[in-house]
Amino acid sequence: MSLTTKLDEFIAGARTCLPATVASAPFGLLFGALAIENGFSIFEACLMSLTVFAGASQMVGLELFGQKVAPWLIVVSIFAVNFRHVLYSASLGRRISHWPLWQQALSFFVLADPPYAEAERRAEQGKPITFAWYIGVGAMLYVCWQIETLLGAIFGSLLPNKQALGVDFLLPIYFLGLVMGFRKRPRWLPIVLVSAAASMLAYKLVGSPWHVSIGALAGIVLGAALPLQEAKDETP
Amino acid sequence: MSVNIWIILAAAVATYLTRIGGHLVLSRFSRIHPRMQAGLDAVPAAVLTTLVAPAALTAGPAEFAALLVAALVALRFGLMSMFFAGAFTLILLRQIMS
Repeated sequence: MSLTTKLDEFIAGARTCLPATVASAPFGLLFGALAIENGFSIFEACLMSLTVFAGASQMVGLELFGQKVAPWLIVVSIFAVNFRHVLYSASLGRRISHWPLWQQALSFFVLADPPYAEAERRAEQGKPITFAWYIGVGAMLYVCWQIETLLGAIFGSLLPNKQALGVDFLLPIYFLGLVMGFRKRPRWLPIVLVSAAASMLAYKLVGSPWHVSIGALAGIVLGAALPLQEAKDETP
Repeated sequence: MSVNIWIILAAAVATYLTRIGGHLVLSRFSRIHPRMQAGLDAVPAAVLTTLVAPAALTAGPAEFAALLVAALVALRFGLMSMFFAGAFTLILLRQIMS
């Protein structure tokens, strides 16, 4: 692949990630602002975004930092929130295992929800997932996340009323769009219904963040247990 | 170094382990069973649904309408149109209803 093709792919990836970047921008700002409120220094807020790069878990971490919980418990909680990435990793790994090791290592580092979902979407459209394209998606999200964290940390106290602007509900809308995008997959509807029901139930009975893993597991087990459609032809 | 920094770095390692762990475990199998394959194909719908469902549970009329509009637009148009249609509905209704 020539350098200009790679650049085109990279830019295409970055553009693909635009809705996700818009949807997550308020959370980056909010994280930066809350981090300072919870006693983080600007450096610590940025260090967390740079090294962890997982919005929901960073928020949960902050919540616990404020409560003077034992350090190991904070780490375990963040691990629990991020546990869904194990599934992304197993799923994406099948598509990128032929890449050089350093490219794989870097790709897994930026494997947040949007890069995973966009890669699956692209695979479904029958387009190749190249490293240049994927890292375009990841870089767009990663770089913007850092800028938002820094801006939030510096100017957080100036943030306007975010409720009226609807920022707290942009991510669910984006995720719903992603779910809809996979509707042509076999067994999509039963999987979505079971995952939704199980996660709502777990949300009420067990609590967050376990509803994610429990709901996901229910859908995946169903997907694996339902009758296979011409499975022999599908496996490469 | 402050304890905060150590916690952040440990959390970063833990997070990277989740992001690489699934692949490391799976790549030890030389052949993937069709059932496992079907389970992995279910991952996007199953996981992403759990990120929406509880939000729908606590949603008010404006949020619910936004999800509905987004879902309907998604049936015909791309992700970008869907997202902005949903966001526009949400912001508009919240401004009217507040």
